[in-house]
Order: sequence, then C-alpha cells, then structure tokens
Amino acid sequence: MRRLATALALPLFLPLCLLLTASSASAQLSIEITGAGAQRIPIAIVPFAGEGALVQAISAVVRADLERSGLFRTLEVPPLNPAPTEAAAVNYAEWRSRLADALVLGSVAARPDGRFEVRFKLFDTVKGADLSGVAYTLSREQVRATAHRIADYVYEKLTGEKSVFSTRIAYVVKLGSRYELQIADADGANADYALRSNEPIISPAWSPDGSRIAYVSFEQKKPVVYVHWLDGSRPRQIAANFKGSNSAPAWAPDGSRLAVSLSRDGGSQIYLVNPDGSGVRRLTQSGGIDTEPVFSPDGQTLYFTSDRGGSPQIYRMPANGGEAQRVTFDGSYNVSPRISPDGRSLAYIARSGGRFQVAVLDLATRQVQVITDSDKDESPSFAPNGRMILLATINLGRGVLSAVSTDGRVKQRLTISAGDVREPAWGPFTR
Amino acid sequence: MRAAWIASFASALSLVLAACASTPTEEQSPAGVEERKPGAQPGAQTQPVKPPTVARIDLTGKPSPTSGLKDPNNILSRRSIFYELDKFDIKDQFKDLVEAHARFLRDNPGMRMLIQGNTDERGSREYNVGLGQRRSEGVKRMLLLLGAKEAQIESVSLGEEKPRDEGHNEEAWAKNRRSDIMYQGEY
Repeated sequence: MRRLATALALPLFLPLCLLLTASSASAQLSIEITGAGAQRIPIAIVPFAGEGALVQAISAVVRADLERSGLFRTLEVPPLNPAPTEAAAVNYAEWRSRLADALVLGSVAARPDGRFEVRFKLFDTVKGADLSGVAYTLSREQVRATAHRIADYVYEKLTGEKSVFSTRIAYVVKLGSRYELQIADADGANADYALRSNEPIISPAWSPDGSRIAYVSFEQKKPVVYVHWLDGSRPRQIAANFKGSNSAPAWAPDGSRLAVSLSRDGGSQIYLVNPDGSGVRRLTQSGGIDTEPVFSPDGQTLYFTSDRGGSPQIYRMPANGGEAQRVTFDGSYNVSPRISPDGRSLAYIARSGGRFQVAVLDLATRQVQVITDSDKDESPSFAPNGRMILLATINLGRGVLSAVSTDGRVKQRLTISAGDVREPAWGPFTR
Repeated sequence: MRAAWIASFASALSLVLAACASTPTEEQSPAGVEERKPGAQPGAQTQPVKPPTVARIDLTGKPSPTSGLKDPNNILSRRSIFYELDKFDIKDQFKDLVEAHARFLRDNPGMRMLIQGNTDERGSREYNVGLGQRRSEGVKRMLLLLGAKEAQIESVSLGEEKPRDEGHNEEAWAKNRRSDIMYQGEY
C-alpha cells in the first residue's frame, strides 16, 4: 500500500523537482574571467582515471578553479589510454615538452560502502619533483567540495599562499520586487538563500568562524540588524532594533561583538553591541554621520566612514573608543572601508569625476591605487587570503559582482541570468 | 510593552462595563418559571413583545482622527518632503505641510508617526542610510519644535533602497531624495 502511494506520488513530484531545479538554476551565479595575471603557471590536469563514475568530472572542477584564480593556465590534455594514475611513473621530460610546469594525476575508485575514494598527486615537471598529494573518501554529493580541496592543495603548493576555493560567499539578489540573501560556494555553485523577503536586505557580514551572518533587513519598514545562524541550529537573533535606524554590522575578530551604526540617540553614530542585542555601548560622539565600521584584523582599531569634516571620509579610532584620526584625504567622497586580512592595506570606494571605483591604500607607504575600470562600484570585500576583492558594480544596466585581484590584473564578472546581484561578502577560511 | 498591556486591559474592562450596563435590571425574572401554552388560557393578557436590549457601539459614523488624512483637499494628505542633492534642510515650499502635521500630532496626542528618509542611488548604501536618517531626523526636529511629542515620532532611514522612481537620471533622483510621513496603521 505504501509502495503504491509512493509510485502514485512520484509522477506528481517529478515535475515539481524539475521546476525547482530550473528556478534555482536561473538564480545560479555564472563567472566569466575578464582579465588574468601576467605570469600564469602552465599546468596539466589529466582527467582522473575512473572519474566517469562520479556525477561530475572532478578534474574539470579543479581545472576551472585554478583557471579562475588567474594564476594558472590549464593545458588541454588529450585523452590518454590507459589514463595514467597518480601511481604511474612520470616522464617529466615529456610533460616539459608539452610546456607544462606542473602536472596533476589522479584516480577515482568506488568503495564497497557506496562511497568513493579519490587519490591525486602533484608533480613539478621543471624540477622533476613529486610534490605529493592526498587521498579523500567522499560521498556522491561531495564531488565539488573534494575538487575544491584538491585545487586548494595545488594552489598552496605552487604559489605558497593560502587558497580560497573551499570558501563561501554571500550576496543579495534582487529579482523583481523580491530580495534574497544567498550563500554560495566561491565558484558560484550550490547557491541557496538564507533570507527571502519583499523588503530590501543589505550589508551581510560573516562571523569570523563562518557560522553566522549579520545583515540589515528592512522587513520591519526600517533597518534592523539580525544575526542568522547558517546551520539553523538557533533561531535568528535581533542584534540591534532600537528606535531609529540600525545598520552597518561588522564583527570583532573574536566574534564576541558587533560594531554597528545606530541613530537611537539622534544622528548615525557607532556603537558596540553583543550579537544577541545586549550590552550596547556608544563609541563615537560626532555631529556627523558615522557609519560603515570595520575592525582591523587584530581587533585593536576600528575604521569607519564619517562626514564630520564636511565630506564623507575614512577615519580610524581605537576599538574601545577614543579620538579618531582621518585616513583618506584625496577627493571629496571616500567610503566603505575594508581592511585586508594582513592589516596592511585599506580598500574603499573613492569618487572621482562622478565615478565610484575601488581604491586600495597601502597603509605604510600611503600609496593609493584605483584597481577597477568600472564606475558604479560598491561594497568591496576581501577574499580571506587577501588576493582578490569582490565588489558590486553595474554592467549594461544590471547589478553584477566583480572579483579583482589587489594588483588589478585578474578580473572576473559574476552575473545572474535574471536579476541584480549586489552586496557581496566573502566568507572566512573554514578549515 | 507595559503601557500596551494596560491599554488592552483598560479596553477589555470597558467592554465588560458596557456589557453590565446593558443588562436590563428591571427584567430579572428568569424566563420559563411560569409555563404557558399559547392560547391555553382564553382571555389571557397579551403583551407586546419587547425586543431584547443590546448596548450598541457604532464607530462607523464617528469620524476617526485619520479619516481625513487621505483626502486630497486636506493638507495632511501631503506626506513627502523633497530635497536638493546632499541637502537635508526643509525647503520653504514644504514648511506648511510640516506645520500642519505638527498641529495634527499636537491635537491628537495618541497618534503615532513614522518618518522614512530616502536618498538617491548614488554612493554607498550604508552612507545613504545615514543621509536618509539625517533627512527624517530634520523633519522630526521641526515637528518637535512645533509642539509634537518625542514619543509620537520615530524617524528612520531606508537609504537608497526604496526609490519612488527606478530611473537613473536627475529627474528620478529628485523624486527619490525625500522623507515620507506615515501614520500608525499605515506602516
């Protein structure tokens, strides 16, 4: 009887499934590479032996990750028969003659428990060195996650930097009159919404451990700061809902407090508040608008936007309050400060001749470099390794995201087929 | 919270009192004590059937304080104040409007108001929340100077998030740099 019910329900359920898949596919971010680094490492990623058994070719995801970083040039590898595995003896001279400086070989084997085992090895063909590899056990659903781990390994071995292929990003999609705060993998895959609303959502901010996102939602006809647990383990918390506007949340590096901009005492000023809304404490006392606070990575300093001097500029002050010093001086509109993960540079939005662009200030040398060539840039966000900056801009009248390397060379555009994308926030390392 | 509770208790109490007042004290004799069959007693007295009395409360005829607010002939139906670029001062052409709303709040101390400040789309979304707040705050300050009470008004900002005109030109931006006034029940 039960089986019969299932059989009957199935044909009804299937079109619904397809519909859901189709609608989420249209909300999928697609990434286009529009600029690459000057020196790219040529690398051959040979299709993994036996990867046809997986829902997706693992080597293809690794290749796309590395290519997207702008630091690698992946070489076309014709199908080899039999496909070499990581255990094969490598003929370095042959790979050098194919102009590959590095090589990845791997294999996939089905396990009796229905899971899979993936092994891979990375080789430096120039030095003729085996750079080792890892073996992973994975379920059917973990193909992409495993591929990102492999790409992370390759990237870290060959560049010496930490890699961000396994991180996630948050952003807001506006589809008609609907707003969604979406969370996706760094390559735009696996997008899902954390909040869907008929009122605007802005300023998502990841907690340092990646478990929560603070954001501003206008669902109560005014800006209110919420803290949202992504795993659903706890209900959404109200971090700030005082009389007036509550906005611009930023996490302290230890996750214990949020800096926010509140107007509860008249005028937008910066306060500290616990993520559950308790312990509110005022930090700034200016007659101007003080907003967009952000902590330095050591938690000692707050950078923020203020127009106390007549035009909006970036200031800094001790994170427990105290005297503020002006940081930006060129131009009459410098806003949205973000500090690089190493604390050495400040990215912000600078207006010049009516164009809003991302500028990066070296805090030691005071050198400023404008790194974008678009003109309606907003909301910059550093990748956790500091190499790329994700930002919102307008392309052909549509809201899109753009990722630019801090040297301005590598560029990607992230678009969504229907709707505007904005308010990006790159999540932390999760390993 | 406490005030709201007291208010709801008070209104519940008044309903109870109203119900008591409607009870006709002179007709306390319980029905059915003396059973009579219709027509069983010839010559029995006939009585006009008294309709049961019910205490009525009719609110429909009484003009509610907000009923005139949407009337286009009433100045209170004007709810938006527009601004120049990067400005938050209330231009002369909007002063009579603010004065009328101040008078209305003064005359109706129970009335509550939300003022939403808005900006055009240019620049930082968060800084625009600050600019919109400065605009709504300016309207609130003028209302307070004219006799409205602090507890009656909340001023907030929607920044650039709720444009009235979705265009990307000066004509659209001029419509979007505004404060909107809303009364309790309208938001």
